[in-house]
Amino acid sequence: MTYLYFPGCSLHSTAEEFNDSAQALLKALGLDYEELDDWNCCGATPAHATSEFLTAALPLRNLVNAEKQVEKWARTGDSAGAAPIEILVPCAACYNAFRLAERLVRDGGAEGREINREIAEITGRPFGGTVTVRHPLELLSRPETLDKIRALVTRPLGGLKVASYYGCLLARPSKIVSFEPNPEHPVAMDNVMAALGAEPVRWSRKTDCCGQSMAVAEGELVTELTNRVTQAAKEAGAEAIATACPLCMMNLDTRQKPATPGEALLPVFFFTELAAVALGVGKPQAWWKRHLTDVRPALELLEAKRSA
Amino acid sequence: MASDVELYLADSGGRPASVTPGFVRDVEKHAGRMVSRCYQCRKCTSGCPVSYALDFQCHEVMRLVQLGAREAALRSRAIWLCASCKTCRERCPNDVDPAGVMDTLKVLAVASGTPIGRKQVKAFQKAFLATVAVLGRAHELSSLALYLAGHPSAIVANAGLGLRMFSHGKLKIMPEGVRAKGEIRAIFRRAKEKAAGLPGSGVGKAARAGKIAGGGDRP
Repeated sequence: MTYLYFPGCSLHSTAEEFNDSAQALLKALGLDYEELDDWNCCGATPAHATSEFLTAALPLRNLVNAEKQVEKWARTGDSAGAAPIEILVPCAACYNAFRLAERLVRDGGAEGREINREIAEITGRPFGGTVTVRHPLELLSRPETLDKIRALVTRPLGGLKVASYYGCLLARPSKIVSFEPNPEHPVAMDNVMAALGAEPVRWSRKTDCCGQSMAVAEGELVTELTNRVTQAAKEAGAEAIATACPLCMMNLDTRQKPATPGEALLPVFFFTELAAVALGVGKPQAWWKRHLTDVRPALELLEAKRSA
Repeated sequence: MASDVELYLADSGGRPASVTPGFVRDVEKHAGRMVSRCYQCRKCTSGCPVSYALDFQCHEVMRLVQLGAREAALRSRAIWLCASCKTCRERCPNDVDPAGVMDTLKVLAVASGTPIGRKQVKAFQKAFLATVAVLGRAHELSSLALYLAGHPSAIVANAGLGLRMFSHGKLKIMPEGVRAKGEIRAIFRRAKEKAAGLPGSGVGKAARAGKIAGGGDRP
C-alpha cells in the first residue's frame, strides 16, 4: 500500500459519484490505496463555527487512525517501504479541515501540543506527524502524472470548454491548503483538463465562494452567490464546470437558475468524472443519474466535437 | 447607509452605547489574532462575497471589537452570515484573519447567552453537529429533519429541492456511524467543557488559555 484514502461523509451520500470516479481514476493510474479505517466526519463549517477544539480534534482522530493503519501495514508486510505515507482526501472541505489540523500539530506551537495531548487522552496516542494530507488534484497535476494521464486518455474530451472551479476550500488559507504558484489564480485543474483534451476557459470567479455552508438556512443568499459563479462561467464561454468540492457541486448542480427565460443550465462535473470519461474507466451512466442539472448536453457536445 | 459603523457610533454620541473594557483582549486570546492591528483598510470588505447582506461590514465588525462594543458585535447578523470563505484572511495586510474572528465572536455570543443575530444559521449548525456527535458521521436527512422540526416555516422552501435530491439518490436513507463511538463522545464532551470556560459563560475566567503567540499565517 502507498496511499490511504479518506472519502468523508459527502462522498458516501450526496457525492457518491465523486467517490466512485475518484477511485476509478486512482486505479487507472495504478495507485495503491486503502480506505481509512473507522473514519469520522471532519466537522466542516459547523465545527469551526462552534468550537476550535472540535475543529482540530475531529480531523486529528482520523490522522491518528491513519498512523495506526500504516503501522498495521508494516506489521503485515503490506507497506510500500520507507516512503512517507500520504492520505488522499478528495473532498475539498475535509481536505481543508485535515490540512489545518495537520499544520496545527506540525508547527509545534503551544496550542497544537495541547490539542495533540488531549487527542492522545481520547484515542490512546497523539498524531505523530508521519502521515501527510494530500489532495488528489495535487497528485494529478504533477508533470509526471500529467504525462501518464495523456498516455492513458482513450476518449479525449474533444476541446470541451471547461471552467475549473475551485471555490474556497482548496484555495484558502493558501499558506496551508494551496498547492498553486498563484493561489488567487489556481491552474492545477486547468492543467488536468487540458491533459484530458478539454479546453480550460479563463474566468475570474474560480475561487469565489458558493456559500454552501448556509444552503439550508439562507437559501436566497446562497442562490445569489451560486448564480454569480455559474453566470461568470457562462460569460467566459464555458460549456461545463468542473469542481473538486462536493459542497460546491450540491449548490451549482441544484441552485442554478437561467439568467434569461429558456437559457440552458451549465452542466457541472466532478473533475474526476471528466477524467474517468476521458480514460474510459468507471461506470459513468450511474453517475449522470445523480446530477440534478442534466449533464447530457455537455456529453453530446463532447461527442460531436470529438468526432468532428 | 444606516448600517455604517460611524452612524452607529454617531447615534450614541461618537462612542459605543456600552463599552466592555478588555473585550478586544478576550477576542484576541480566543482567536489567536491581533484584532487591534486592524487599520481599517477595508480590503476584507472589498473582497467579501456576502457584504451586500451584512448589517455591519467586515472591517466594521473589526472596529466594533477594537472599540469594546461587545453587544453590537456579538448581536450582529454579520458574524452569522459570514460564509467562512476566508478571502479576508487571505488578503488582510495585518494578519487579522477576520473570518476566524467571526468564528470567535459566534462562540463568545453563544457562551454568553447573547441573542443570536441569525438564529437559523446557528440552528442548522447545531442540527449538523448533533448527528455527528451521535454517529461520528454526518447524515443529511437526520440534520435536515432536526433543523426543520425547529423551523417549520422553512419546510416549504426546502421541500422541493429535498425531494429532487432524494429522487436522484443524493440523500442516503440509512445513516453510517463509526465503531469507536466512545471516542467521538469524548471529543464532543471535551468541546462542551471548554465552552463552559469561555468569557461570559459564568464558569470563571481561569479556564481561559492565552495563545496570542504563534497564531499567524505570516512570519
